[in-house]
Amino acid sequence: MPVKTYRDALKAAMAEEMQRDESVVLLGEDIGVYGGTHLVTNGLIDEFGPKRVIDTPIAENGFTGAAIGMAMTGLKPIVEMMTWNFSFLAADQIIQNAAKLRYFSGGQVSVPLVIRGPNGGGVQLSAQHTHSLEGFYGHFPGLKVVSPATPHDVKGMMLSAIRDPDPVIFLEAGALYGTKGEVEDGDYTVPFGKARVAREGTDISLIGYGRQVNLLLRVADKLAEDGIEGEVIDLRSIRPFDSETIVASVRKTNRAVVVQEQWRWFSVASEVAAIIQEQAFDELDAPVERVSGAEVPAPYARNLELAAFPSEQQIIDAVQRVLYRVATTSATTR
Amino acid sequence: MATTERQGRKSRSTSARKAADRAKANGKEAGQPPRVKNDALLDLYRKMVEVRLFEDAAQRGFRTGKIGGYLHVYSGQEAVATGFLHEYREGDRIITAYRDHAHALLLGSEPKAVMAELYGKGTGLVKGKGGSMHLFDVANGFMGGYGIVGGHIPLGVGMAYSLAYRKTGGIVQLFLGDGAIHNGAFHEAANLAGLWGRDGLNPTLFVIENNQYGMGTSVERSTAMTDLGSKFDSYGIEHEKVDGMDLEAVLDCAHRAAERVRESGKPFAVEALTYRLVPHGAADFLEKYRTKEEIREWRQRDPIGLLERTLLERDAADEDALKAIRETAKARSDEAVQFADESPDPDLTELTTDVYAGEMHVPAAGSGIGE
Repeated sequence: MPVKTYRDALKAAMAEEMQRDESVVLLGEDIGVYGGTHLVTNGLIDEFGPKRVIDTPIAENGFTGAAIGMAMTGLKPIVEMMTWNFSFLAADQIIQNAAKLRYFSGGQVSVPLVIRGPNGGGVQLSAQHTHSLEGFYGHFPGLKVVSPATPHDVKGMMLSAIRDPDPVIFLEAGALYGTKGEVEDGDYTVPFGKARVAREGTDISLIGYGRQVNLLLRVADKLAEDGIEGEVIDLRSIRPFDSETIVASVRKTNRAVVVQEQWRWFSVASEVAAIIQEQAFDELDAPVERVSGAEVPAPYARNLELAAFPSEQQIIDAVQRVLYRVATTSATTR
Repeated sequence: MATTERQGRKSRSTSARKAADRAKANGKEAGQPPRVKNDALLDLYRKMVEVRLFEDAAQRGFRTGKIGGYLHVYSGQEAVATGFLHEYREGDRIITAYRDHAHALLLGSEPKAVMAELYGKGTGLVKGKGGSMHLFDVANGFMGGYGIVGGHIPLGVGMAYSLAYRKTGGIVQLFLGDGAIHNGAFHEAANLAGLWGRDGLNPTLFVIENNQYGMGTSVERSTAMTDLGSKFDSYGIEHEKVDGMDLEAVLDCAHRAAERVRESGKPFAVEALTYRLVPHGAADFLEKYRTKEEIREWRQRDPIGLLERTLLERDAADEDALKAIRETAKARSDEAVQFADESPDPDLTELTTDVYAGEMHVPAAGSGIGE
């Protein structure tokens, strides 16, 4: 199977679907002539022209709203948020229009729209340019929210997203664009709402999504040296959510640690922990732990930034507590 | 401050006459023959009366507790939507904000279904899920009423791009209030419309329903540049003004504007000077922001009254004929009320439908262009 970067797999999905379906158009800041800030759309304007690869002015509310109007009238737009941090300027369009139009029109209107771009931090962009918005967008009924972690998934999930009749919030991990993996050629889809068991294990469920999945795989390798077999679950999709795979894993391991880069309060990990206690309370041998970002705006200095996001050691410590290998007094510190 | 307020009121008391003069200077030329024949004009009179009586009935429904939430009626502004929507052609798309009952009715929505929606019934236009602010009738080109001021404007501009991209020949009529002009969404969308229109990819007809107040804040108290059409200059969009109380003036302006947009694929804007003869919302009874004299003066220019005078002067109808139209319209609105009142509530199973097309639905590849 061919090996591709996450970036190229993502671009291939969009380019191949644009060849198949002329209702697919791209909009965003510097996605055309410039080639895309993260080079995801590089070259597409040469292949498809400026009517289909639309360079917009820096006006997120305006062009996101326009894309919603396009989606309501026969097109399948893909909006690039240069980074998700700028989506707050378009939040009125995304939340008040895209998410609700089908409902308040009594089912008369569909919004087959994809909004995509890099989400999360890790490259010293500091407070205004570092957010993990899966919990924020995951809150709103009417939106679908996904966070693919591998090159294979990013292509298959982008194809699902474009063909989906509802608005999809497509959260890419900027830190993953250069990572490589096997990617099938041609048309395949990865459905939403189906989590992936990234590594099988029997002792503890390690649950995450996006770039945390790679972190969890590294942690699982380290734990294995210590005789602990961690099962790594990649959620893939935040809404719809695959509680079945989570619960099945916890039934097997009886223990879980949920890891996320975003803030802990009112977050995805909180929801995962709640679902586990609702659906597998009797199977649990220890409380579910959450390892999250520090409750501060993202700092600039490298050491502070590293301290603000989940680390291998923090996860290993949490695992040790959940396995009752150490005292559990620090369970609520992060 | 108090002095300024008083001066503000005094100047507003003549705003009805001034608005008409401003529009005349910019709009249709005097002595031009009417473009619409008498019998067609009489039919448009019927539509305006139907809208007015529908809105009267809706206000009664609100006062008697049959209608919940917010209720914003169109009374006084009928000539604007009636004149512009006379230019509606199949394939066009119409979008507006929350003062949307008239647009739905004029595009052909069943008054019974519209009233049932206001009553929150399962037989409502959007199944009781949207209410007064979210009427939709996609089969008749109506892409909705929206509740967030300014938020619908980018949608309309995107629809126009889609219609041009797909070479449908349709245009978008994008209605917005004077209050929405000051919102960032308007400026971002107008900029895109001008930009895309340069390549013939934006047949948007902006219709500003300038009823003089954004809720209770007058145009004068909202902006130092009160000539709202001039806002479009920044975005390379041409514009004109029209007396929005004079149906014939609106018809003439709307026709020229719509043809121009249809032929060029470029946006165009019209500021229609009009007046809300009723409170902003049905619960806005104090109206501290305007004077009784001002409302009285504008009543002299009630678009329905003006049209009645024109029809009588031209012998297009006599008093009896107009009375018969009013009575038929009243009966129609009574029927709508009765239907709404007797309709069942939405089935509770409707609570969770229409959130998604289907939780895991993913159609086949390349399903192609089309709505």
